[in-house]
Amino acid sequence: MKDRKLRLMVAKPGLDGHDRGARIIARAFRDAGFEVVYTGLHQTPESIVLAAIQEDVDMVGLSSLAGAHMYLFPEVVRLLKEKGVDDIMVVGGGIIPDEDIPRLRSQGVAQIFTPGARLDDIVKWVRENVKPR
Amino acid sequence: MTTAVEKVIAGDVRTVARLIRDIDDKIPEVRKVLKDLYPHTGKAYVIGITGAPGVGKSTLVDQMVNHYRKQGKTVGVLAVDPTSPFSGGAILGDRIRMQRHSLDEGVFIRSLATRGHFGGLTQSTRSAIDVLDAMGKDYIIVETVGVGQDEVDVVKSAQTTVIMVIPGMGDDIQAIKAGILEAGDIFLINKADREGADKTFNELRQMIDMGHSRYEEGWKPPILKAEAAFDRGVTELLEAIGEHRNYLLKSSEAKGLVRKRERVRDELAEMVKNRLIQEVMERLLESGEFDKAVDAVASGETDPYSACDDLLLSRLDGLK
Repeated sequence: MKDRKLRLMVAKPGLDGHDRGARIIARAFRDAGFEVVYTGLHQTPESIVLAAIQEDVDMVGLSSLAGAHMYLFPEVVRLLKEKGVDDIMVVGGGIIPDEDIPRLRSQGVAQIFTPGARLDDIVKWVRENVKPR
Repeated sequence: MTTAVEKVIAGDVRTVARLIRDIDDKIPEVRKVLKDLYPHTGKAYVIGITGAPGVGKSTLVDQMVNHYRKQGKTVGVLAVDPTSPFSGGAILGDRIRMQRHSLDEGVFIRSLATRGHFGGLTQSTRSAIDVLDAMGKDYIIVETVGVGQDEVDVVKSAQTTVIMVIPGMGDDIQAIKAGILEAGDIFLINKADREGADKTFNELRQMIDMGHSRYEEGWKPPILKAEAAFDRGVTELLEAIGEHRNYLLKSSEAKGLVRKRERVRDELAEMVKNRLIQEVMERLLESGEFDKAVDAVASGETDPYSACDDLLLSRLDGLK
């Protein structure tokens, strides 16, 4: 099992076109030695979930800067469950008000990173919390 | 483990996805599954797409998938991207151009990283092809950057290889990795609306004519033009692929056997090589002998040639 390499997906759900953050995160993950599948912009929760399954990733990172996270993030969690997948972790990042964070967590989003989060800290969190399955 | 085989044959996406991961991660147990899957392979048609970064490979593959789906065919895609030699990580972005197919159950897309040291890309991609084949996909498209020996070999395991160029590469065509031009069954000039497409066409023509002795009997690679982003020239490409496929089918049985034997020879040699390296390196790393030898050479205690002898002589009987 020592050769297992962490595979992550970075996805942009919804109509939000701000992908700078997602790209930077993808790059930080690559530099940390992870394999990162990047889906590009304007993905539906369905397409993200099916891609995550085909790619056999350990974690899906969702980026949203346009305010639709309360629908999009839990929907990805729900669809994964619906497909019988319980071992792909979902995390989120972007402009997310503090009061939304506990509600997202209670709906199965493992962690939320907001503006100002340091890349090092995000990578460290992933290393500690996401294990290759 | 037989259940895994059954699930792959039934087309279970999770099992297939997991199996390809196990292949990539070199999990030893995977060999048993691959052995049992092998009798179920050989039905899919494998197409290799290669070319320099930015020529439009992913865009073309996306369009090809679309066309094949309209014909009612199922498609598997293996998109290879390079692993960073510094971090060991990789950004796999080929899906960006193909995401419209992610809801289509007739399409399975998988991104693979080259993973670097000790090779093995060829091996794992070939095994992944076998898995998608056993899964029942009609066409399997392998997309890879045409640099580096590993990638050249991957493309060679396709039945039809398409080499993509764009206008303005000029003399750079000459710089395409030797050994890969010869592997081209079809040449495609993408972004053909750009200036210089005719010049590129002529250069390719010339190059192919120069190597005419190789093409004297049999297949002479056609040169096609396309604008993949606008779906122009894709139909013609698929027709050319179909013609090449017919050519392979019609070429004499004796020739076909020779070709098959050559491919099997390559594959088996690759497999033996990888397995050998993997087994030996694993033991040397685990026992700490390798790092000890590194220290010894680095500190000037010994030379790398002697260190290599020392490491291997004890393992391989009769090594001189």
